Amino acid sequence: MDNSYSAIMSRKNEIIRNSVGMDYTKFERPGIGFDYEAMMAATGYTLEELRRVQSLFSVGNTPLIELKNLTALARNCAKPGKGARIFIKDEAANPSGSFKARRSCTSVYQAKKQGYKGVVTATSGNYGAAVACHAAMAGLKCIVVQECYDSRGVGQPEIIEKARKCEALGAEVVQLTVGPELFSTVLRLIEETGYFNASLYTPFGIAGVETLGYEIAQQFRTKIGRDPDVVVCTNAGGGNLTGTARGLRKADCAAKVIGASVNLTGLHMASDDQFNKKSFTTGHTGFGVPFSVNPDRSDVPRSAARPLRYMDRYVTVTQGSVFFITEALASLEGLEKGPAGNTALAAAFRIAQDMDEDQCIVVQETEYTGAGKHINPQLSFARKNGIDIHFGDPKDEVPGKSIILPAHPSLIQVADVDLDHVRRSNIKTQVGAHKDELTDDDIKYLMEETNSTEEFVRGVVASL
Amino acid sequence: MAKKGDWVQVHNIVLRPEERSNALPEDTQKHPLEMWVKGWLQNDAEIGEEVEIITRTGRHTTGTLVKEAPYFEHNFGVLVPEVLKIGDMVREITFGGNK
Repeated sequence: MDNSYSAIMSRKNEIIRNSVGMDYTKFERPGIGFDYEAMMAATGYTLEELRRVQSLFSVGNTPLIELKNLTALARNCAKPGKGARIFIKDEAANPSGSFKARRSCTSVYQAKKQGYKGVVTATSGNYGAAVACHAAMAGLKCIVVQECYDSRGVGQPEIIEKARKCEALGAEVVQLTVGPELFSTVLRLIEETGYFNASLYTPFGIAGVETLGYEIAQQFRTKIGRDPDVVVCTNAGGGNLTGTARGLRKADCAAKVIGASVNLTGLHMASDDQFNKKSFTTGHTGFGVPFSVNPDRSDVPRSAARPLRYMDRYVTVTQGSVFFITEALASLEGLEKGPAGNTALAAAFRIAQDMDEDQCIVVQETEYTGAGKHINPQLSFARKNGIDIHFGDPKDEVPGKSIILPAHPSLIQVADVDLDHVRRSNIKTQVGAHKDELTDDDIKYLMEETNSTEEFVRGVVASL
Repeated sequence: MAKKGDWVQVHNIVLRPEERSNALPEDTQKHPLEMWVKGWLQNDAEIGEEVEIITRTGRHTTGTLVKEAPYFEHNFGVLVPEVLKIGDMVREITFGGNK
C-alpha cells in the first residue's frame, strides 16, 4: 500500500468512515449546510443514557466548589457592591483528571459496543489520558499520537507528562515533531490496526460533555437554590463550550456562556521555532479562533464542536494572568490544579468584578496537575527558553517573548474578541465559492451556525 | 548492546522535508517529520541499528534504536521565586497577612 503523505490523505474519507462507525454523508443537505441536530441525535443516546454510560466509568458528578476566598480577592479589586460569587466545577476529580473523561468514555463505550479491538486518538493533551483510562477500563488497546518535540528533540514538559500518564494507563504513545501531518500518521495507524478513531470531534465526544452543563444547572439548583448567571468555558477546539452549552439548554438553564482563551496572538501553531516558546499547549487562541471560524478543520468530515452557535461572548486572557490565578487558587483555596484548565478562571475572576455581589459565575473545569504540568515547571521551562518573566502589567505581555505576572490582581483583565468579526470569517469560509448559489436553507443554516440574524448573514454574504 | 526482550525506543523519519505538506511555515518545512515509539526489542542490537520492536498494543514496527530502557525525566523545574511572591501577595490582600 502507498503510504506517502498524499496517498494516505487521498484515502482519508474511507479511513474515517470505517473508523468512526458513522456515515457523515447522510447528514449533508443540498447546498453548503448539513443537519447538525440529526448528526448529534445519531449517537442514539439521550442525556440520561449518557449519564448512565458515564457512571459505568465513574465519570461525572464532580464537586461544585464555591471559591469564597478568591471571590473576596475579586471584591477587593471591584467597585462597592460588585464581585459575583465564583464557583468551580472540579473536573480534575474524574478518573483521568479532567473533563475530557466525559468526552472519551462515550467514544470508548461506542468502540467497544461496535466490536473494535482498540482506539486511536490524536492529542497532546488531557484527552489522551482520558481515552487511555477508559480503554483500560473497557479492555481495549489504545494508541495516543502526540505532537511532542521540536526539531532539536526538546519536548514540551506538559506534553511529556501526558505521555507518561498515557503509558501508565497502558497506552502506546507515538510521539512526533511539530507539524499538522500528525493527521496522516493517525490515519495510517487506524488503517494498520483497524481501531476506532476516538476523535475529539465526533458527536459521541461532544454529547458526552452535555452532562457537564446539565450537572452544573442541577447542582446549582440543589446547593444554591437558583441558576448560575454566567458559565465560563476555556475554549480551544470548541467541544468543551459546545457540549456544556448544550447541556445547560437541556436543563433549561439560561446562563450566559462565555468562552475564554489564552492570548497567543502572533505565534504560529505549526512553527518549529515557536513550539517551545508558548507556555500553553491548549486553551489558547491558536486553536480557539481558527476552530470558531472553521469547525470543520478537524479530523472528521463535520465537527460536532461548533462553539459559535453557543457563545454569548468570547474573551482572551494573558499567560501571566492564568499562571497568577493558578497560584492564587492554590494559596487561597488549597486547590492545586493544572494551569491550562484555569484559563476560564482567570477570565471569571475579572468578569465577576463587573457583576453584582448576589450574582453567580461558574468556571466549569479544573484539570489535574503534576510534574511538567504545573506552573512551576512551565515557568521554569519558559525562562530556560529565553522568555522574560517579570511582575508588571499583563497588557504588556508579548506571546513568545514575555510572560508578565500581574503586579496586583486588579491588573488582570479580559480582552473581548470581536465575535461579529469571527462570524463574518465563519460565513466567508463556509460560503467559499458558492455565493451566487445560496438558497434560503443555506442562509438559515448560516444563521444557526453563527447564532445571528438573517439580516446579518445576508449583509455579510452581499459583502463577499 | 541492547538485548532481545529489552524495553527500548526507536526513531523514524516519517516524512523528509521535501515530502512534507506544503502548507507549513518555512522554519518547520526545512526539518523532517520525526517519530519516536517504544516497545520490546526483537533482536540484540547496538544503538543506531535498524531494529524491530513490539509495542504495548502488540504492533510490530521498525526503526533506528535510539534509547535503551527509556524513562521519564520531567520534573517540577527549578525555583521560580515569583510563584512564592504571588502566594504571599494574594494572602496579604485577602487576609491581611500576619496583621
